[in-house]
Amino acid sequence: MENILEVKDLRVSYHTYAGEVQSVRGVSFNVERGEALAIVGESGCGKSVTVRAVMGLIKGPTGEVKPGSSILYNGEEILNYNKKQWSAYRGAEAAIIFQDALTALNPTMTVGKQIAENLIIHKNLNKQEALAEATEMLRVVGIPEPEKRVKQYPHEFSGGMRQRVMIAIAFACDPKLLIADEPTTALDVTIQAQILDVISDLQKQHGTSVILITHDLGVVANIAKHIVVMYSGMIIEKGLCEEIFYQPKHPYTWSLLNAVPRLDLENKQDLVAIEGTPPDLIAPPKGCPFSTRCKYCMNICNERMPEFTSFGGEHKAACWLHHPMAANSIKESGLEFPFELGGVENE
Amino acid sequence: MSEKPVVLEVSHLKKYFKAGANAVLKAVDDVTFNIHEGETLGLVGESGCGKTTCGRTCIALYDKTDGMVKYKGQDVHTLKGKELKAFRKDAQMIFQDPYASLNPRMTVADIIAEGIDIHGLAANHKERTEKVYHYLDLVGLNKEHANRFVHEFSGGQRQRIGIARALAVEPKFIMCDEPISALDVSIQAQIVNLLIRLQKDMGLTYLFVAHDLSMVKHISDRIAVMYLGVVAELTTSAELYDHPLHPYTQALLSAIPIPDPEIERKRSANRIKLEGDVPSPINPPAGCRFKGRCKYATELCDKQVPELKEVSPGHFVACHLY
Repeated sequence: MENILEVKDLRVSYHTYAGEVQSVRGVSFNVERGEALAIVGESGCGKSVTVRAVMGLIKGPTGEVKPGSSILYNGEEILNYNKKQWSAYRGAEAAIIFQDALTALNPTMTVGKQIAENLIIHKNLNKQEALAEATEMLRVVGIPEPEKRVKQYPHEFSGGMRQRVMIAIAFACDPKLLIADEPTTALDVTIQAQILDVISDLQKQHGTSVILITHDLGVVANIAKHIVVMYSGMIIEKGLCEEIFYQPKHPYTWSLLNAVPRLDLENKQDLVAIEGTPPDLIAPPKGCPFSTRCKYCMNICNERMPEFTSFGGEHKAACWLHHPMAANSIKESGLEFPFELGGVENE
Repeated sequence: MSEKPVVLEVSHLKKYFKAGANAVLKAVDDVTFNIHEGETLGLVGESGCGKTTCGRTCIALYDKTDGMVKYKGQDVHTLKGKELKAFRKDAQMIFQDPYASLNPRMTVADIIAEGIDIHGLAANHKERTEKVYHYLDLVGLNKEHANRFVHEFSGGQRQRIGIARALAVEPKFIMCDEPISALDVSIQAQIVNLLIRLQKDMGLTYLFVAHDLSMVKHISDRIAVMYLGVVAELTTSAELYDHPLHPYTQALLSAIPIPDPEIERKRSANRIKLEGDVPSPINPPAGCRFKGRCKYATELCDKQVPELKEVSPGHFVACHLY
């Protein structure tokens, strides 16, 4: 399948008084045309920064996309875009839905105007046409009485309705790539189900490619084809949805899956607590970033970052446990593993 | 559970707030439940359903509008002076936001020892320090943390400090108000495991308020589902999942995604979808509060407020269907 987006060795840093925070440290992934990719990770793992770079929203002087990074959109390097090219790309080609709709929307503009803004700029519609189209968009995303609602301000909408407005803005110009940055985190579960349905329906109708960011693995189970798991600015595992859920190969992915209680399992099941906290990205560890919290940590883990081991297809994980040399050390430790060891081949 | 004595008895509790000249916000409207000793009662519902207000009124942080809350036979809203102080020592609270609930100008030792000082639980300075170290150790922190300030800690560590502060006055009953919702997934498990361990070791009773039904199911013995100020359903956590009766509970359970692609694919086809939003608790609809979003709604639901009935032993539901 053809890729709409190819991110290669993306590095993003923020310069703060405390030092350089290396938020994203060499991330590579592809998004297939018309498919949904999910980026999963805890807060501070760099997932939002990654997609902000894709939207060209890393701003100086504090933010910096490091030289050597590459983001190809339809084969074109977008990091070299000038201001005009960025404007043509943002909103029309790629659109983003933010987590907190209340802060993302302009409180002094009616929602109709905010949707129309996009249409006037990218589709050369006049004001009336754009407002009529905006009303239609509100209907599409499931807002009742769109004729009345289009003239209202964001504070007159509930949380779920605001998020629908965000979706209407994002889909107004029929983008090829939609980025949803934790679109449902601030919402209640019943509203979350509604919003995910709207996004998934629109994706199917328009054939849009989607990058969905979330920390909730339950949310992605039914939507994403591919999953990327990030930890402290790096990708530690990626693969098809089923591979990640049923055959996780990285101790972090496995722990994450078992850290949340599941509604369909027995009560008082043991939750896997991941002790400790993620490392400080001002001085990231030279070895594997998960080593200090990992039960299966070996000496090598503190010294060198593991390469990706491939498990057939696109399933890859960066963990020393799957290195052939690790076999002896694992035998000595006598630990039992909840996942199978060893890869197909080493890259 | 029924053999154990009742610790907290809430009957027909109401809490209204004034919301402008002619408007009344009915945050809690006629709520009844009991909590037994050593039990965890989960109070779950969507935002704005009144679960936090209910919890806070139960430990007399708010005055009630009507009804009765009895802690070990005493009406908590009439307590004064020494008796109130004793109740405050017995009933503690863990707050939702560990960033806002700890004083940034106090050291961790002073935060934890504040209750110890007020209730005179330490005879001298040495004993006070020892107690602080003890509780730090209990929640998985260490001695070196005692003289630091709160800004030096991560969210999970702050929540541990909040728990240590609550435990320091040797309470019997703790109201946990969304103690994990501000934390990351991997940290949530740490805190929940800690709360369960502490309950076992110290025989605590919890009122666990949260919106995350899967976490509430994990930690609670019984669960009360709230909707717009009223209890819709109250039963044991296993029964609630296996046989949810109230249409709202069914929809809520069906809306929660399960991290398993195959199961999720099957479920999504049969998902019960709720239309619309929760109505405003200011001048709420007459009759059943849920009728506007309920597919089984009849004329009766318009006219009459459903009572909380016991339909099978220990399983209460407020719906005209039963």
